[in-house]
This record gives sequence, structure tokens and C-alpha cells, in this order.
Amino acid sequence: MDSALLSLLAAFLLSLIGLLAFIWSLRKGLLFENPRAAATIFAPGEIGKADDPALGGYAAKRLQEEISASHGSEPQAEDPDEIEDRIAADRSSAFPVFMFIAFGCMWLILGATAGLVSSLKLHWPDWLVSEGWMTFGRMRTVHLIAVLYGWITNVELGIIVWLLPRLLRTPLKGPLWVMLGGSFINVGIASSIGAIGAGWSDGMEYLEIPWQIGLFVQAGMVCIIGSVFYTLLHRKAHELYVSVWYHIAALLWIALLFTVGKLPGIHFGVQQAMTNWWYGHNVLGLWFTPVALGAIYYFLPKTIGRRVRSYNLSLLGFWTLAFFYAQVGGHHLVGGPVPGWLITLSIVQSMMMIIPVAAFSINMAGTMWGRMRLALYSPTLRFMMFGGFMYLLSSLQGSFEALRSVQQVAHFTHFTVAHAHLGAYGFVSMILFGAIYFMMPRVLHWEWPYPKLISLHFWLASIGILIYFVFLSWGGWLQGLAMLDATREFMESVRVTIPYLQWRSVGGGLMWFGHVIFVGHLLVMILRFGPNRTGEALFAPEKMKLEMMHGK
Amino acid sequence: MENEAKLTAGAMTTFGIAVAALVILPYIQVRDVQPPEGLKPYTSAELRGREIYVANGCLYCHTQQPRDRSFAPDFDRGWGRVSTPGDYYYDKPHLLGSMRTGPDLMNIGVRQPSMDWHLGHLYQPRAYVPDSIMPSYPYMFEVKDKAEDDEIVVKLPPKFVPSGKIVVARPEAVDLVKYLQSLDRSYPILPPDPQGANKEGR
Repeated sequence: MDSALLSLLAAFLLSLIGLLAFIWSLRKGLLFENPRAAATIFAPGEIGKADDPALGGYAAKRLQEEISASHGSEPQAEDPDEIEDRIAADRSSAFPVFMFIAFGCMWLILGATAGLVSSLKLHWPDWLVSEGWMTFGRMRTVHLIAVLYGWITNVELGIIVWLLPRLLRTPLKGPLWVMLGGSFINVGIASSIGAIGAGWSDGMEYLEIPWQIGLFVQAGMVCIIGSVFYTLLHRKAHELYVSVWYHIAALLWIALLFTVGKLPGIHFGVQQAMTNWWYGHNVLGLWFTPVALGAIYYFLPKTIGRRVRSYNLSLLGFWTLAFFYAQVGGHHLVGGPVPGWLITLSIVQSMMMIIPVAAFSINMAGTMWGRMRLALYSPTLRFMMFGGFMYLLSSLQGSFEALRSVQQVAHFTHFTVAHAHLGAYGFVSMILFGAIYFMMPRVLHWEWPYPKLISLHFWLASIGILIYFVFLSWGGWLQGLAMLDATREFMESVRVTIPYLQWRSVGGGLMWFGHVIFVGHLLVMILRFGPNRTGEALFAPEKMKLEMMHGK
Repeated sequence: MENEAKLTAGAMTTFGIAVAALVILPYIQVRDVQPPEGLKPYTSAELRGREIYVANGCLYCHTQQPRDRSFAPDFDRGWGRVSTPGDYYYDKPHLLGSMRTGPDLMNIGVRQPSMDWHLGHLYQPRAYVPDSIMPSYPYMFEVKDKAEDDEIVVKLPPKFVPSGKIVVARPEAVDLVKYLQSLDRSYPILPPDPQGANKEGR
């Protein structure tokens, strides 16, 4: 069958499915709003109440005053039962969450350092070349494994494990299994980094982890999924909040993705390249993105004490993301030796991704409407808003970048690298920072000792990524134009990028510095240094017990 | 429980559709592709060299997929004709690559057949291409006073040789170069147009 016919058939099938989904949603009453489901994250009486554990006494009061001013009425007392459930939920997950965050931050420092070194190597090619493990090809891969699997994956697992018991109003079942799973995963990550440094790699981007080591990661995922589903079956909450949809689905997806991608001895030649990029894009689209989105859907409304604007719109966003995102990987092979229909399908689905992105953005804009200035008072909110906005930007950029005409220039250049960092850092990592600033005071029962450092971290990270993104995209585009022009020799496409690569290192350096401050701050908090202030009033009766648990 | 079931079933369905479209269909379509007549399997030295190529991450800066002339001037740069699925018959793992920080290497064996050039270029790329940003690979070489009988001495431009010493290639450098020399997909393919990639193999 030729490609035109296949694409037509695919388009026809798609619209048919869309129509059926529309009819079904009409029958189910999904087009009517459901404010009760959107309020699942609040205990009765809690709407209109500020909640940002990263803030100390005075700053928290200021945020509350601002919210009360826009909310109109004074918040009432919370339902003590629900608060009780939440405390029990937080207590049940504290240890596993702490473990994931601690590992994540360790990998962040390692990964960011490897990234900065790789960036410098691109304009200092004779720097650190005496040993195999230092070479660009390995250092860059160590960076990738450490930040994608070490930092993002660990912290996202931490967020899932922390939010789920809260949202389901039940303690985490089998926390020991979760910790066992976490240990397996981190053993896997540590071994992969060692393996890649020593030159043992499966040789495919995003799938470098040797499959033998991958078995650890898979075993870890199975332990965690088992525990998560067991918790799900014991839920006390009536409605599944949208974050739960994103998080549960993402856990299942990453486990299956990794399994299919790593199947040894099956994939070969061009087909392997297609599977490789199907995996490569899905690990972002079906794992990093949905967990980060689920986190925004919780933390952002929770901080400002206001229901998410439209619950149904968030579900529409979820299902369209699930359907479209899973099929976009083929656009990485535009112009390559692969069937044309596959690339066309992926480009079409990349453009369709505008639907879930728009659903999310409209929803968040609606929730924040008239309250943007609250970001002045709450660091969690600032990170979340920045991340949410970068999601909109990077996704729109990604959709258009998939088009053949744009790819012709941007493919094979640093433009793609800049785009990847906008997504993985500007969007996902910023959300993770915000979530950690919110979660850790609840997990450790200790306030962030130096709130000013949170602001400093925010500015270093956001200015760093903007410098990184703007300069590298620009340089990448010039590189692509030089390569497309047959009258210019290839070396010109290398020379033209040098100043931009240097600016990239500057941006990366700022980000790196931000991470050091962030992790140092966390360390100070864990070790209970810094000005001695008590933890959250919410936990006052439980405080002593928990401090013993955490080995004060 | 209805919601959990809906969630799990829905998530698995969308995932299943994606696997079918992006993994299984291409598998069926290319599984019967035969190697072109001009393509030889790699020798064991070349395969060892290929492992060195993977281990040192050459694929992160070099593609192996020249594109069609209507799409990009790859052919005019001497990188070869557009590649077809059959060209990758012996490739495991695939090394198509995603970046052109350096040039495409699908036909580097044709463009640059010399062992001496490759060894010297790996030892110090800037001895041959002044503005190159490729890393040098000194750990694949040894600097010594005198070569043993079976060792290959790297012939470098004089100012890049450490004074009073010689540079000899370690086996991994020699294997890597043998692999690079083997990269030759200049044989003709039928049908010659890129539409061949869209036809079923059967």
C-alpha cells in the first residue's frame, strides 16, 4: 500500500475515533462541569486557604492575606477527619519519599556536573581527554542517564508516592516494597553510569542502559507498581483526582515502554531505529510529562487554595495526551531510510498534541486568572508557573519542529538539543524543584532554613535555562542553514556554532550553580542546621515522634 | 473500582495502538528486507571496531543516514546516495545517529580510505582539520621511544609528534579505523529512488 493511501486511511480512522469519543462523552455527561471532583484535593473548608510549606510564618501570612483579598470570604475550619487522614498519609510515605528525593538530588549534582563538562568540551576539545571515561561521547551519556533516570525519574517517583496517599486518603500500602523498588532502580542507575563510563553501552540514544542492568530497573518498577495499585484498591477518596490518572497511567507506560524498548535480540537495523525513537520520545511524553502535569494539577491549585478551573478539561487533556503523544516518535527520523507513512503519522500526531497542551494551558490560565501576583509571595507557585508556561512553549515548539519544512533546517543540529532542554529542564525540572520545596517540609518536619536561597535558586535556574535555550536554538538554526547550503563547506557549520556553544556553557554554569545551592540548602535542612524554627503547625502533635523517626 | 478499570484499560489501549503503529507494523514491513548484493557482512575486526565506535559515543555527533537530494545537499557533500533499509542489514545496534556536529559517516570508507589519515585524525583531529571540535583520543594510542615490530606507527604532521618520541596505535584504534574503512554503501541499489523504502519487502 502506498503512503498516501495509508495516511488517508489513518486520518479517516482518527476522525472516526474522535467522533465516537465525542458521542460517548455527551452520553456520560462529561461536558457538564464537575466541581466536586476538582475539589478532591481540599478538605471541606480548606478552599481559600494558602498552603505553601516552603514559606515561614510571616511570608505565609502575607500569601494568605493576598488570597483572602481575592477570594472574598474568610476560610472556615477544616474537617478534622480529612486532616487526620492527610497526616496519616504523609507519615506513611515519608521514608520512601525522602529516599527518592535524596537519590534524585545526588544524581542531579553528578548529572549537572557531567553536563557542564560535556558542554565545555564542545568548545575546548582537548580538555580532559586522557582517559576513556572522560571523552565527550561517554560524559554526555553519563549526563543523560544521571539527569533523566537518576534525577527526574527518582523525584517523579517520590512525587507519585507522596501524592497518591494524600489524594486517595489512605496510608501508602507496602512502603517497604516501594523502598525495595527504589533501591533496585538506583542500583540500576549507578551500575549504568559505571558501565557507560567503562564503555559498555547498548548504543541507542535514551536506551544506553545495558539490558542486563535494565532488569534491575524493571524489577524496581514492578515492586513500586504493585504497592501503588494495592494502595489504589484501598482508597477512601470517592473520586480519582486528575493527578492520579496521570500518575498511574505514567507508571504503567514507563514500565511497558522500557520493556518493549529493551527487548534483547528482537530489534534490528532500521526497525530498531524506529523503536529507538518511539521509545526516545515516549519516555518524555508518557513518563516525564504526565507526572509533571499531574504534579502541577495538585500543587498549583493547592497552593492558592482554589479549585482547578475545569475538571473535565483536564481529563480531555489526559486522554488526548495518552492517544497522541504515544505516536509522535517517528518525526525523529524525517528524511531517514524509514517508511514514509510512519513519519507522516508521527508528524500528524505531533501537531495533534496542540489539543492536550491547549486544554492544559486554558485550564491553568483559568485557575490562575487574576491571581498571577501570588507568585510574588510563594516560591512553589513561582516554580510551578514557570514550569507550566515552559510546557506550553516547548510543546508548541515541538509540534512545529516536527514539520518537514522546519526539520529540514533543525534536524541534526543543536536546535534539537535546546528544545530537549527546554522540555526536560524549563518544564519538568522546574516543576520538580517546586514540588520538592513544597514536599520536604512535610516529609522532614522542618522548615527550609534560608528562604532567600529558594529565590536565588529560582533566578539562577530560570535565567540559566533562558540563556541556554535562546543561544543554543539560535546557534543550532544557523548551523542548520549552513549545512543546507551546498556552497558552504561543512566546517562552516561547525565554526558558526562556537560562540553559541560558549554561551550555552554560561547558561549551563548558572544552572549548575543553582543546583549546588539547592542541594546544599536541602542538606542543611536534613542535617537540621540553620536557624532553629519549628516545623508546620499542622504536625505539631506528631512532630516529636517523626523527629525520632528521622533521627534528629 | 470503575474508574481504575477505565484508567488502566484506556491507558493500555492507547499504548497498544502506538506499539502496533510504530513498532509492530514497521517490523512486519522491513523484516524481509534482503541485504543488497554489494553489501558484505562485517569482519570480526570491524565488529570490534564498531563496538569501540559505540563505547566512545561517536554516534552522538555523527549520523549514518545520507538524505535524499531533494531534501538536503548530503550527496553534494560527498556523503553518498540516500540510504535504504537494506543498507543496515548487518547493523546491530543501529547507528543512524541524530546529530551532525561532525559529518555523516555512512560512506567515510570511500571518502577517506587511508589508515594513516584516520589514525592521525583520531590522535589529534586538529592536525588535519584546524577548526575541528572533535575530541582527541590519546588513550587509544601510546607515546614511546621505539616501536615493536608488530606495532603501527602513526604518521603525524611533524609539529604534532611529541618531541623525540613516536606515537603507536593501540589495537582499539586500529579496529576502529578498520570499521570506518568498511563504511562503504556506494554500491548501486534497485530501485534507485527513495520510494523503494515505501514498498513492501515481499
